[in-house]
Amino acid sequence: MKVHEYQAKALFREYDIPAPLDVVAVNAAEAEAKAKDMGLPVVIKAQVHAGGRGKAGGVKVISDATEVGPTTERILGLTIKDLPVRKVMIAPAVEIKTEVYLSLLVDRGERKAVFIGCADGGIEIEVTAKESPEKILRLEVPGAQLAFLTADMCKDFAMKLMGDAGLADQATAIMQKVAKLFVEKDAALVEINPLIVDGDDKVVALDAKMSFDANAMFRHPELEELRDMDSEDADELGAKEQGLSFIRLDGNIGCMVNGAGLAMATMDTIKHFGGDPANFLDVGGSSNPEKVVAAFKLILKDPDVKVMLINIFGGITRCDDIAKGILASLEQIDVPVPIIVRLVGTNEAEGRKLLEGTKLISAETLEGGATKAAELGGAA
Amino acid sequence: MSIIIDENTKVIVQGITGRDGSFHTEQMIDYGTNIVGGVTPGKGGQTILDRPIFNSVSEAISETGADVSVMYVPAKFAKGAMLDAANSDIKLLVAITEGVPTLDVLEAYEALTAKGIRLIGPNCPGLISPGKCKIGIMPADIHLQGKVGLISRSGTLTYEIVKELTDAGLGESTCIGIGGDPIIGSKFVDLLPLFEDDPDTESVVIVGEIGGQDEVIAAQFVRDHMKKRVVAFMAGVTAPPGRTMGHAGAIVGGEDDTAAAKIAKLEEAGIPVAKVISEVVGLLQD
Repeated sequence: MKVHEYQAKALFREYDIPAPLDVVAVNAAEAEAKAKDMGLPVVIKAQVHAGGRGKAGGVKVISDATEVGPTTERILGLTIKDLPVRKVMIAPAVEIKTEVYLSLLVDRGERKAVFIGCADGGIEIEVTAKESPEKILRLEVPGAQLAFLTADMCKDFAMKLMGDAGLADQATAIMQKVAKLFVEKDAALVEINPLIVDGDDKVVALDAKMSFDANAMFRHPELEELRDMDSEDADELGAKEQGLSFIRLDGNIGCMVNGAGLAMATMDTIKHFGGDPANFLDVGGSSNPEKVVAAFKLILKDPDVKVMLINIFGGITRCDDIAKGILASLEQIDVPVPIIVRLVGTNEAEGRKLLEGTKLISAETLEGGATKAAELGGAA
Repeated sequence: MSIIIDENTKVIVQGITGRDGSFHTEQMIDYGTNIVGGVTPGKGGQTILDRPIFNSVSEAISETGADVSVMYVPAKFAKGAMLDAANSDIKLLVAITEGVPTLDVLEAYEALTAKGIRLIGPNCPGLISPGKCKIGIMPADIHLQGKVGLISRSGTLTYEIVKELTDAGLGESTCIGIGGDPIIGSKFVDLLPLFEDDPDTESVVIVGEIGGQDEVIAAQFVRDHMKKRVVAFMAGVTAPPGRTMGHAGAIVGGEDDTAAAKIAKLEEAGIPVAKVISEVVGLLQD
């Protein structure tokens, strides 16, 4: 789960990580009033779950009070990477002596937490990593030590990052606090780009980007409250509540599959045979009939769907449960499209028997089903 | 032969009294797996399915001589259960549990590794050496004892490929589901050497998906160190970037971890990649 910059900064302050004060506004009048209280110059930043806000015109420094309203309006009119901007953050514009890059994340390859640093801040770290890998600093930290990160462990990294002993001490303290925040909130990423040295030689987080581990949300109700419903697909969130994993795509073949890997492979197979999947949908294991009904409703909400392919390989999931769900769906919902069903595995015979005499099109193999779906959907 | 587990493997079940744990314990016993006991803290001294229950993994090992633990404990309690295993002399922990927080896995992985305990999973179907031992949740009847080794990040997709192998009469030496999470205990490259050294494995199938670099690292290992035939299947060719596709680990982050990029690396290393599942058998027989 992602949060906005102003929310991440609030978490930073909770952990005593220095970040300039800020306020949030949702319209020009509010922005004008709050900027006046704060005192100019200010920086106005789009609050949206996308990178590259500056390039998209979503970050502006304003010194003239009459410009605050119109600029806020312009930023609130932007759509950045398909996401509409609904809020701006306003903060005092500060003097920047130096900018560096600092982040903490889990490196799946090394199976460790790792700080990434770069003395050139305000940059796209992926580009620097590719073009000048020697500029990228790494500090690997075992997961068990994150909560107990000592100044000694950070010292060298911080010195290389800041190039000055006094500044490195400040950066070290920030790294220790970032690590504590990371562990206690089950973060997936903390990124500060840029971390700056201001006019008073203080090291300050000028930006803040955080995302959190979806698997750990059960122990963070306080983070769940930060979720921005405007930035997420309501259907995809609703699917999650039903225990389904769903992502809408552009095609016209609705897919219902058990298991994420098989769901991806089913989409790939449809495409291979010239069709175009309308969605990714994993009904998960041990599927009860109600989940199948919910899946039907989700898929058929999309008016582009011309045909459905249900591909089930029973393991924990029982084919008869799926068949019952299909029958319940046909009873409860008007299904205006042809449905291709392929059932294999646990209780396959019972499942097939339940579906006998229905108008469903049965397929023996995934490839057979995908070919038929592509034919009925019309070639992509 | 087979790798990691065989007819002599003694298995305990962590979370044996839970709904999933007891159901799959029964399935494993039916298959012939030597389940010697279970662990549920607080229920030590009781029995289930004629097997003794212990309060800790250490206690279970000293009483039963078990060498493998399989874990069905709910995600909230998974870290505690994994650390309990790390605190014992078990040789292998198979973590079936889905949805374990990443930092919990990381810490447990470190504790297990420090003790030299192999971890498979989490969020995986487990492993099976057909005809000998089944540890996990995979359907038994699709498997056939044979000479193809299989390593996969997926569950049901694995069953699909296993069925192809079995229907073609090839059969499997050992099939291992390594799990779909960002942090997993055993990767392709940790297991490929075991198949290379196993006299009864003639060829290996790698089933990968989008996200991470494990397939690329596996490709380099195959090219540099393996004589046996290795073929692959990759899921997620049509996955859009930036979206997590069901598995927490299946997300296209950059240009390097797309299915297309991985297929290119696998093919460069001389590993043929099946475009559809039915091609896997043909590639093994080429």
